[in-house]
Amino acid sequence: MEIKVLKDILGANEQIAERNRQLLDSKGVFAVNLMSSPGAGKTSLILETIKGLKGKTRIGVIEGDVSSSIDAEIIGKEGVPVIQINTGGECHLDANMTYRALSNLPLQDIALLFIENVGNLICTAEFALGEHRKVLISSVPEGDDKPFKYPLMFHKADVVLINKIDLLPHLKFDVQAYSHAIRGINEKAEIFEISCATGQGMQQWLSWLQNQLRLR
Amino acid sequence: MHELAITQSMLDLVLEQAEKAGAKKVGKINLVIGEMCGVVDECVQFYFDFLSKGTIAEQAQLSSTMVPTMARCRGCDKSFELKEFDWACPYCQGNSMAIIAGQELFLESIEVE
Repeated sequence: MEIKVLKDILGANEQIAERNRQLLDSKGVFAVNLMSSPGAGKTSLILETIKGLKGKTRIGVIEGDVSSSIDAEIIGKEGVPVIQINTGGECHLDANMTYRALSNLPLQDIALLFIENVGNLICTAEFALGEHRKVLISSVPEGDDKPFKYPLMFHKADVVLINKIDLLPHLKFDVQAYSHAIRGINEKAEIFEISCATGQGMQQWLSWLQNQLRLR
Repeated sequence: MHELAITQSMLDLVLEQAEKAGAKKVGKINLVIGEMCGVVDECVQFYFDFLSKGTIAEQAQLSSTMVPTMARCRGCDKSFELKEFDWACPYCQGNSMAIIAGQELFLESIEVE
């Protein structure tokens, strides 16, 4: 006997993600799912954003890594609430892991929550966490062919940050062709060129974040 | 690597549906997988063999229909398969397109006894 099912395989994750979003909304928290390949600058971006918005907004952080708590320790020094999730081998965060982390954060004291996903451009794109926006950090040393290699990630991102632009004079990376390719499959994506090392372009990113918080 | 989590979710869904139908055994599982999801069906099979042990879905045959990534050109409205490294419309060379297929990841049906 054949039974027609026609159900999304990740439907259970989607349901938990929706519950997370409702929880965040009820506490007035704006959540950003930060995704990138390893070493593109997720933790640096969070650190620079904390410094840039000091005294302007209350930030909290969920740190996702396969193992270790190095990132959480670095972020913790900035005096913001931070929870480390170790996925224990899984290459991405999922909605359930995020829920457990949310239960351990003082959400009433947080206006802007960064969820730093595991460094991975494939798996993280599939799993909704309950975030309000997906932000992808790409970086100049990775090369400008990445949209073609990871189309789902670039298609789903609300914001694409091109980090490490201070290295442009030393590397072959065509920013214009790169942005053109992204806009081809994602016409709504905001694209910002930044350098966490020099601070270049950071103001645009911070303004975008503040604007998102204002619109809520 | 996301295949492990995806296979576990798929198996949970299969067992839930089979149980609801009062099935004693699951013979075949029909999946639809969009190319854009980057899911490797051999990996799904590998994890499935491991995860399904001792369940009524053990030894079920997995059948995956792969869906190519399709786009619709915003310029000329024609549809085409999105080729790797060539994201221009083959009809008008336009660059702006909407993805219309290739993100599927669902359980189509199960065959049970």
